[in-house]
Amino acid sequence: MSKFSELGNDLYTGARSFDFVGRRKLWYSVAAVMVILAIVLPILRGGYNFGIEFRGGSEFRVAGVSSQSQQVAVDAVHSVIPAAEPQVTNVGTDSIRVQTSQLTDLKSEDVRVALAKAYNVPSSAVASSFIGANWGADVTGKAVNGLLVFILLAAVLMALYFRTVKMSLAAVLALVHDLVITAGVYGALGFEVTPAAVIGFLTILGYSLYDTVVVFDKIRENTFEVEFSQNTTFKQQVNLAINQTLVRSINTSIVAVLPVASILFIGATFLGAGTLRDIALALFIGIIVGTYSTLFIAAPIYSQFREGEAKYRKAEQKVMANA
Amino acid sequence: MSESAVTKGARKRLTWLGVLIVALVAIIGLGAATNSGASFAPKLALDLQGGTQIILAPAVQAGTKVTEEQLSQAVAIIRQRVDASGVSEAQINTQGNNNIVVSIPGAPDENTLKLIRSSAKLEFRPVLATSQGTSASASTAGTDSASTASPSASSKATPKASASASATPAIPGVDAATQKFYDELDCSKPFRSAGQVDDPKLPIATCDTTGFSKFILGPVEVEGTDIADANAGTVTTSTGASTNTWAVNLKFTAAGSDKFAATTGRLFPLTAPQNQFAITLDGYVITAPTLQAVITGGSAQITGNFDKLSSKSLADQLKYGSLPIAFEVQSQENISATLGSEQLTSGLLAGAIGLLLVIIYSFIQYRGLAIVTVGSLVVAAIITYLMIALLSWRQGYHLSLSGVAGLIVAIGITADSFIVYFERVRDELRDGRPLGAAVETGWKRAIRTILVSDGVSLLAAVVLYALTVGNVRGFAYTLGLTTLIDLAVVMLFTHPMLELLAKTSFFSSGHPWSGFDSKALGATSYVGRGAFRVSAAVPTVKAAKSSKEANTRQTLAERKAAENIAAASKSEKSN
Repeated sequence: MSKFSELGNDLYTGARSFDFVGRRKLWYSVAAVMVILAIVLPILRGGYNFGIEFRGGSEFRVAGVSSQSQQVAVDAVHSVIPAAEPQVTNVGTDSIRVQTSQLTDLKSEDVRVALAKAYNVPSSAVASSFIGANWGADVTGKAVNGLLVFILLAAVLMALYFRTVKMSLAAVLALVHDLVITAGVYGALGFEVTPAAVIGFLTILGYSLYDTVVVFDKIRENTFEVEFSQNTTFKQQVNLAINQTLVRSINTSIVAVLPVASILFIGATFLGAGTLRDIALALFIGIIVGTYSTLFIAAPIYSQFREGEAKYRKAEQKVMANA
Repeated sequence: MSESAVTKGARKRLTWLGVLIVALVAIIGLGAATNSGASFAPKLALDLQGGTQIILAPAVQAGTKVTEEQLSQAVAIIRQRVDASGVSEAQINTQGNNNIVVSIPGAPDENTLKLIRSSAKLEFRPVLATSQGTSASASTAGTDSASTASPSASSKATPKASASASATPAIPGVDAATQKFYDELDCSKPFRSAGQVDDPKLPIATCDTTGFSKFILGPVEVEGTDIADANAGTVTTSTGASTNTWAVNLKFTAAGSDKFAATTGRLFPLTAPQNQFAITLDGYVITAPTLQAVITGGSAQITGNFDKLSSKSLADQLKYGSLPIAFEVQSQENISATLGSEQLTSGLLAGAIGLLLVIIYSFIQYRGLAIVTVGSLVVAAIITYLMIALLSWRQGYHLSLSGVAGLIVAIGITADSFIVYFERVRDELRDGRPLGAAVETGWKRAIRTILVSDGVSLLAAVVLYALTVGNVRGFAYTLGLTTLIDLAVVMLFTHPMLELLAKTSFFSSGHPWSGFDSKALGATSYVGRGAFRVSAAVPTVKAAKSSKEANTRQTLAERKAAENIAAASKSEKSN
């Protein structure tokens, strides 16, 4: 069979082992740099670029058009503001609705004229108005509230299942790391934050925690009664658990990333900006960071939290003495 | 466990899965055949299929300004009301300084429109006088459209009351203008102006919603804000039998309960019609029951001309509070999809390519086992599709493009359950167990991991669904659905399939292409081509080291067997 399964065998028996726990200072430094970049870069770029669903914007209504082609409207808006990402909708049988981010009065008038010209209607047939956010403060407020309650309950659930609060704490720390970095990439690239991106973000939240729980379950199993062991320490058992689940971690993340990557590729090459690209980008980064953080952040932090406990320290001294 | 018991158990679980799928198909098929709105094609959301755009303009008297705060409050309340009616991911936003735009998938019916626009200001007022609503319908005896407490008593009482009311025009506390308005009131003609707001401290003259009766009502005693919860249901008789009458059940807040008890306590001893209280919605009386007792329990029931849908919509309106202002529909138009069909097509194409890549990767990684992976994913896809079709019929679920993306991501999370399981089985093989035993032991450990990790996902779904609104709620719904399907598939398909396949010689002999090649997996007790030591299948020292926990969880018999093996291998060594 493939070399990959040989690697799996060696990882399982411990013949080959990657030192996740021992070199944690390196991983922590990497994480710290990434988190700082994820916070600083978006600020340098001038903050997040929220879409009209969050901030509201300008709306144009073209009445009495003979053709309801949406591309005409997109081109007309681009002729005034090249970087705009207008949303075009057909309304009824002879109207077009165009929504853009908030425009100045001057630009707004230009767009109105351009739309009238493009659809060959008098400019009085194009009405413009301001629209409010449909992802309003009430939606955001409730979503944040729901998130906090979820993280709290998830921490309680994990603490009960794993019988230690330290695992919950380590998992939540890794989760925060994932969310900050995913959001940071979004902000650093200047992508518009749309509801689709937020949904992708929430999916990451679930995935990151899920992935951590799978690996932690193996750690729990391997470190069971390790304080009575004569030849292995807590730290070593945690590292063994990460290595033993490494093949699974790689396989799962590849399987999860493949469909997302194909959405991202097709979305970006054939469609340009849009819901698919927004959601796929958030997921693509999130899945990779989520898998990475379980191995390099969550598990080493957990080990650090616990190996100092008296019973494990005593056991470790005994093992060292035996060696 | 005997061989046949394993096979039997596996067959049984596969049968259950078959039953589940057939049942889903049958339910949807039946729903489609009887024209109850079911269809095998799932409904699509606003972004993919378009829908209806309703522009609401505030119905206020000329000269009154609508504040920004009122508008955003109204948007929040409308959003909750719309959400309460299903998972349709409606879009609601303000337009200009005055209007609210509600976009919903599909075409709204009258109940939906009412749910969206009516301000739903509910008030409880005492009845001071009542009479027939129109002079033309003077011969009609039945005046009351609805009366919870006692239909017979109130319909008997009302004609008498009207006689006395017209005989004695002066009612204490009622000013001449209201009295005059009441005397001239004809319920068959419109008499309330748009957005009319009544002073809660003054009596009003109004009609009931059917126009049969007109009333003079005293000042407001209990308000809609005193309601803690509302739900719709059928009325049950005193014997507990359910009737066909729909009603809205109210639960008052603590303060509301006290007010309501005080009101009913004061009105109960009075003579008709003053022992009636009226419940008004947006100024119209929906019911005016006669009190038969003082109500102290903090709950009440409204009956009226309700059917299932209208009682539900009123309950939702009351639950989420009345709008600060009433709205009227300014325009209602069809809108096209915002994304266009090419987005959905590309999304599905991307999904198909992604799935193909997953299948190829599975074959590279798991060889013959990939059949199980692919089979499981196919089964999961079929169940997901059927569930979505079922839920768009029963729950008003509409699939949006974010929903499609969520489902594509679910491929990864579903596949992870198999990967966790397969890796566990391989670990057991590495410890030298024969395939049959490895499958069983691996499963016992894998299912724990799968249950707890899916538990976390399910928790996310439930919490977010319960606490959020709009798109986030739609996302939570999809997440919960796919997680449950993942559990069902891994338990009812993947595991039994693996159990059955483990019996075939292709897999149990560890064929290089089976994915369970023990040589490649470095099984410790491998002694020759296709042959395993049977009795001492698990080298005890290693097993004890790697699965201490499993040992403590062993049954007594298993522990004894393990001790015997250990003793045997010791004696072997000493020889």
